[in-house]
Amino acid sequence: MSQSTSDTNIDVASVVEDVNLRRIGHYTIVILFLGFFLLPLITGIMTALKTSTAVANTLPFMPPLGDGFTLANLEYAFNRLSYAFVNSLLMAIPATIINVLLASMAAFGLTMVRWRGQMGILVLFLIGIFVPYQAVLVPLARFWNNIFPIADMLEPVFSVVPLIQGYHSALVPLIITHVAYGIPICMLLFRSYYQSLPNSLVEAAKIDGASITKIYRRIILPISKPMFGVVFIYQFTQIYNEFLFSFTLVTSANSSEAPITLIIPTIGTSTSGIDFGIRMAAAFLAALPTIILYVAFAEQFAKGLETESA
Amino acid sequence: MTTHDTTETTESAVDPSEEGIDWQTKLRYFLNSDFVRSSPYWGIPFIIMGIAVYGGIGYNLAISFTDYAGIARPSFSSLDLEMYRRALADESFRAAAFQNFVLLVGFTSISLGLGLFLAVLLDYGIRYKETIQTIYLLPMALSFVVTAQLWLWMYSPGNGVLNIFVTALGFDSIDWLGDPRIALAAVIFALVWQFSGYAMVVFLAGLQSLPDDQFEAAKVDGASTTKTYVRIIVPQLKQASVGAAVVLMLFALKAFDFLYAITGNYRPPNGTDILATLMVREAFQYGQWAYGAAIATMLLLLSLAVIAPYLIFQHRQGSL
Repeated sequence: MSQSTSDTNIDVASVVEDVNLRRIGHYTIVILFLGFFLLPLITGIMTALKTSTAVANTLPFMPPLGDGFTLANLEYAFNRLSYAFVNSLLMAIPATIINVLLASMAAFGLTMVRWRGQMGILVLFLIGIFVPYQAVLVPLARFWNNIFPIADMLEPVFSVVPLIQGYHSALVPLIITHVAYGIPICMLLFRSYYQSLPNSLVEAAKIDGASITKIYRRIILPISKPMFGVVFIYQFTQIYNEFLFSFTLVTSANSSEAPITLIIPTIGTSTSGIDFGIRMAAAFLAALPTIILYVAFAEQFAKGLETESA
Repeated sequence: MTTHDTTETTESAVDPSEEGIDWQTKLRYFLNSDFVRSSPYWGIPFIIMGIAVYGGIGYNLAISFTDYAGIARPSFSSLDLEMYRRALADESFRAAAFQNFVLLVGFTSISLGLGLFLAVLLDYGIRYKETIQTIYLLPMALSFVVTAQLWLWMYSPGNGVLNIFVTALGFDSIDWLGDPRIALAAVIFALVWQFSGYAMVVFLAGLQSLPDDQFEAAKVDGASTTKTYVRIIVPQLKQASVGAAVVLMLFALKAFDFLYAITGNYRPPNGTDILATLMVREAFQYGQWAYGAAIATMLLLLSLAVIAPYLIFQHRQGSL
């Protein structure tokens, strides 16, 4: 809805003046908000690159100069976080793949095929999106620790498998938990996409005698490739960034299976207070994968929208 | 929705409910129905999700009626509402419930308002719109845990950015997160920073779906741009606002991560305790499992109270 072209029709001289003043005001507000959204991020990055004397004595958002510059914080944080980063990826990638597949199937069964009573099932899925995780936390802890300790059962298996360690078995209950609670929201994302597809697509295939499995594999899967990308990125970010489940199911931030989010809130703390250089460096490293994904995703998302509206 | 109706009628035309058809034919019809054929697709995810969500809620409810605490096993022999009574009589529970409400309403309404403002700002013919939009939305990519660290530093009483501004303006420096009177506002502000970009995107999509000629018509009638937005454009964003509000409330309910990560401790800054932090503290720090489960049940009721009107609204609109 840009209406810059139609402005010139009225009284050119007065409008130009008016528009210029307005434009300046308009762009000033836009730039102020750019500052608002970027300032905490810039402050964090600049602080991560400073020595502790520079952190204490310079303006937090100014870049480090001369002696004040150091990579020691990033180095320390990297060494402290590298194994946790592996844990986070080992948890988030399989969980996201299973999640996206199951969610796509569910959305297909509830959208592209019509049957009576599906509204009831759908509502149960939708409520699942809005359940605060606290409401299942005590059962979850009891289930994975006492009733079905799958982590302990799998540990001997995991310790003989090459490339992974025995303690990685503690990530299995986390993966299953993330899959189970991630299905509803991913289902909704797929569903809104499937609803936008023309119904004739499925109807025509049905008249040709295609089975439901064939419709899913031959028509729906290929056509929903862009949506798989969108949901994958969304859900990966969610699981990678998640804190509460890891906090509940992993013994402590010091255990070797701790995902990265678990370590950030306590890193760089000593009796003399928080070392913000280290803390910011750790926060920056932890956020880096999702920031990279997001920047790449912004483009891809635009493409997805273009193909959708075409 | 119309296609839905037609398929249902064709289905019922084939439906073998009339007399005279033996049960084998009925069974064959049933096994060939779309319901049965599609059941592996929605059924498997439904069972996994159902056990985790509804099984979990049921188990949690059962535990909340017991006296389960410490390392003993829960005993379901005597069930009562003792834990709920205890919670409602507890001063810290009532404080947490009140602060939870303030957080939910304050955060959601401010984010919606700011998001709408930003959407109109960017919608109004501006250059580099995509880049600016990406930057406004950037905090959304961060986790609560990371955002908490960034704002802990921004709010730092020593050399934090906000206090540098405040002292530069000639005021005394403020202990943003240490003062119980302003800590909750400070938390809400940080969360608004993270999520108002989301509301903006939802509103922008809504604005772009509106036809251009409304703007032209308003212009011909001599309405100013501001007036056009306030009177004509914004009222049409009702659907977008409801959707955005619900998702924002969802984020607010997850504010536990943020509050925990600020202190790195079960106890959030004074004056910002909410039901989620109280529940986790009671259950996982003090081992008061049944009490924690009771608080969790009430938190669940709170979020159902938010979602039920939304689902009904969506259903009435026919967009469920």
